[in-house]
Formats: sequence, structure tokens, C-alpha cells
Amino acid sequence: MQVNIKPKLGLNAYKVDTESHISINHEVCKTKCIVKFCTFVCPARVYTLGDDGLIHVEHDGCLECGTCVVACRSDALTWHYPRAGQGVQYRFG
Amino acid sequence: MSDKVDVVIIGAGLAGLAAAYHLADAGIETIVVERGDFPGSKNVTGGRLYLNPVRPYFPADFWDDAPFERPVVKEKLSMLSEHAATTVEFSSDKFRAEPCPSYTVLRAKLDQWLADKARDKGALIVPKNQVDDLIYDGGRVVGVKSTEVELLCDVAVAADGVLSFIAEKAGMRGAHNPHYNALGVKEIIELPPKTIEDRFGVAAGEGAAQLFFGTITQGMIGGGFLYTNRESISLGMVVGIQALMEHQPRTEAPELMEILKARPEVAPLIDGGSTVEYSAHVIPEGGIRALPKLVGDGILLAGDAAGFALNMGVTVRGMDFALASGALAARAIKEAKTNVGANSHSPLPAASLGAYEQLLRASFVLKDLQTFRGMLDVLDNPRMFGKYPEAISGIFEKMFWIGDQPKGKLSSTVIREALRSFGNLDAVRDALGMLRV
Repeated sequence: MQVNIKPKLGLNAYKVDTESHISINHEVCKTKCIVKFCTFVCPARVYTLGDDGLIHVEHDGCLECGTCVVACRSDALTWHYPRAGQGVQYRFG
Repeated sequence: MSDKVDVVIIGAGLAGLAAAYHLADAGIETIVVERGDFPGSKNVTGGRLYLNPVRPYFPADFWDDAPFERPVVKEKLSMLSEHAATTVEFSSDKFRAEPCPSYTVLRAKLDQWLADKARDKGALIVPKNQVDDLIYDGGRVVGVKSTEVELLCDVAVAADGVLSFIAEKAGMRGAHNPHYNALGVKEIIELPPKTIEDRFGVAAGEGAAQLFFGTITQGMIGGGFLYTNRESISLGMVVGIQALMEHQPRTEAPELMEILKARPEVAPLIDGGSTVEYSAHVIPEGGIRALPKLVGDGILLAGDAAGFALNMGVTVRGMDFALASGALAARAIKEAKTNVGANSHSPLPAASLGAYEQLLRASFVLKDLQTFRGMLDVLDNPRMFGKYPEAISGIFEKMFWIGDQPKGKLSSTVIREALRSFGNLDAVRDALGMLRV
């Protein structure tokens, strides 16, 4: 079952940072990571594996949970919080 | 030019704000730096605060005006097999009587309320500011660097949540272990209050909590949760991150909510409701074994940043640990300052902060984590989320089923089914494991 996550993310309030808070070291990712955990542990499907073999990042839907940080075993991921005042704005939490 | 205060708290969540409240109350100059637009705007809970453990840490009337959603007067536990469910329902006048033991909460509201409490005592809360790093003087933390300002302080309290980049920078914990962390996802589903009360069979203003475990997680450690708010339902799923990473066939995290919502036991409960928010959060589940260093030179960890949370299967706690650890951090700092003497700006001897860990050990925070240190081993067992819920529903199915053949004796049916499911070495070993916690 491939869930379309976009409409669900669209329910959230975001202040989209023009600068991505996520970066991938593609060289490390390609050579050291086989499973690409980030592509399926992320609840917002921020990470997708492109036809080019590279991980594509859509940072604007990030829920800032950090599951990718916990799951990335290859140190290919640099993840910090979006800049102060940016990113997801939980109205209920 | 840097400003100097007594204490800088990183993160305006429950731990940070509880510490700020108590510090400011003792006349200690306190600044809370928060990366979100307002306290709570980056925070997520499953939904329930157990209040009894934390009452002794706050004034008696403290919670009277808290923006709680509903007191939980009814507990439901559903064990799900692929095609059946056994639900245990429990309610008690003891849960209904004031003061109620637990309340459902939404963090955007709760944290703002607690921030106001801390402000009333004189704490300064600075939102839209992110602490990027610590300032050191010969290995000792003497301040923080944030987006806009550098602040020097006698003590920093890292209450920056489960990911705690600050604890990592301070060398107080290593990389996150996926075995010791779970992913929680949640939807807020709006429904009229009357509909909620009718569906869960509670009186006006009362609430219910329901946990689901079994085949919905396909053997992965975790389960579903449901908490009734005033005008919405918090519905979510939790799975161990290691389990999710290893699971075959692969399950994508975005599917988790859909699996739960599709269950016939869940679908009617949320029917007609509209989802207004989708959130996610990492939950520390390593307990005492995964504890970071709690006290550093000039720095303390509190709340999720310290890994204070406890999943016992039928109860899931974290916010009470956060509030108590924040209060204890404040107490330890107060004591240290008293010992140093009247000059509030003289640096605190590092050793004096060690009282924090002793206070935690003497409190429910580390006592409960110590007592239930084996919980993760018991729960991290595919049989708990597959075979056993399946077996229980199997027994009830046979008891309730009337077919076209003469019915066998109830006792022999139950005994035969129970023996088939639980009369083996694995089950005996699992039962013995449960006795140890």
C-alpha cells in the first residue's frame, strides 16, 4: 500500500524555510548505504530514491521527528532543526 | 558582548518550563530559549499526562486552571488478530473522583499555559531562538550560543527533547540507538463533543483511552493509541525504529496510520471526523540502560533529552517524568546556589550539581526506570504482537461461535486452545520474563 502522504501533510501549518535543514552526502550514501532506511522510516516521506540512484529530499514536509537521524546508519545524513521560527507549526501537538 | 544570567534552559517543553517555574520562584534569574514560535509549537505527545506522580512537585492548586482536555475515566485495551479483536474495558469511580489520575492533553495548549505560569514567577521565555551550541570555559559549560544572542550562565539545562543535539555536543550521549527509540505518528481528528461521549460511553466532559496491539504492527514492537480530547480524538501508532528498519516485508511509516484507521474496531470511532493535523515524534524507550550522562560540568539534562520515558505496554509515560525531572533540576540548582552563598553570579562548583542525579534516584523518575528496566525485553518480542493476541481472540471466537454442529464442552475448548497457544516453552519463557518486571 503506497499512501499518498501529500494531502495529509497539507493539513499541517508550515513556515517553509527556503534553506533546507537536511543534506545528504551522496557519495557516502551511494557507497556505504545499501538499505536506504530513510526512504521508508520517514512518516512524511521526505526522502525518495530517484532513478538517478540519489536520495531526493523534500524538506518542506518534514515533521521534525528525527526518525531519519536515528535510522541512518551510514553518516550520510546531516540533519538539524529548521532555523528558529521555521518549519512545522503544531497547532495541537 | 554577552549577557549573563543564572540559568539558561534550552527548550520550552514540559521539563524546561517546570525547571523555569521553580527556578524563577526561588528568585533565580532564568531564561528559556525556545526554537518554536511559541512554547508547544514544536512539541508532540500521544496524549495523556499522569498527574499523580507529579502533584508533589507543584503547589496543590497548581493544576486547577490547566487546559486539560478530558480526565480519563475509562481504559480500553484491544488485542487484535488479523480478523478479530478482544477488548478489555475498565472503568472505575476512583478514576472519576477528583483529583483525577490522568488527563488527555494537547501540547500546543498545555505548554503555553505552563510557560505563562513560569512567566508569572519571573522567568523570561525567548521564542524563535535556537540554541546552536554551548560556550565553554576549559571544558565547563558557561553559556549558550543562540540564533540572536550569546548568553552566559552559571548552569545550562538541556531540555531540548529526545534528539537533544545539545547533549550530543556536550559529549553527554553518543549516537541514537534505533533499538532504544520508537517512532510515534498521530492524527488529530475533530469530532463534536457529544459524538465523542456517545461513542466511548462516557459522561459529558469525561474521557477514554484505548490502546491497540497485535497484528496491526505485524510483529513489530509497538501499537496503536487513542485518546479523547474535548473536541477531537488523538489517534496514533508507535513502532520501534529498529523493528521498522528490519521488518520484512517492508512497511513504510506513512502506512502505519492507514493500517490502524482501516481496522473495523477503529473506523467507526472516527467516522465523520476530519483530520486537522498529522504529527510525528521520536519516543525514547531505552529506559535506564540508555541513560545519557545526566550531569555535566555546568549542564544538566532533563525530560526526553535525558531519555526519561517508560513504555509498559498498558501505560505509556513521559510527560510526568519530564515535569518531575525539570522540577528536580531546579531543586538541585537552588541547593547548589545556596551552598555557594549569596553571590548569585559566582560560578557553581561542578560537583554541587551532582545532587540532581541523587534527587532523581530518590524520586519515581529513576526508581520506576530501574524497576521496569526489563520492560523493553519483554515487549520486544514478535509473539507479543502476533501469536498471543491472536490466541486470545481465537479462544473467544470458539466460545462465542455457534455453528451447524453440536458444540463441544466449553471447558475442553478453552483448555485445548490455551494449551495449543500457551503450552509451549516459548510461552513459559515469556511468562517468566513478564514475572521479572
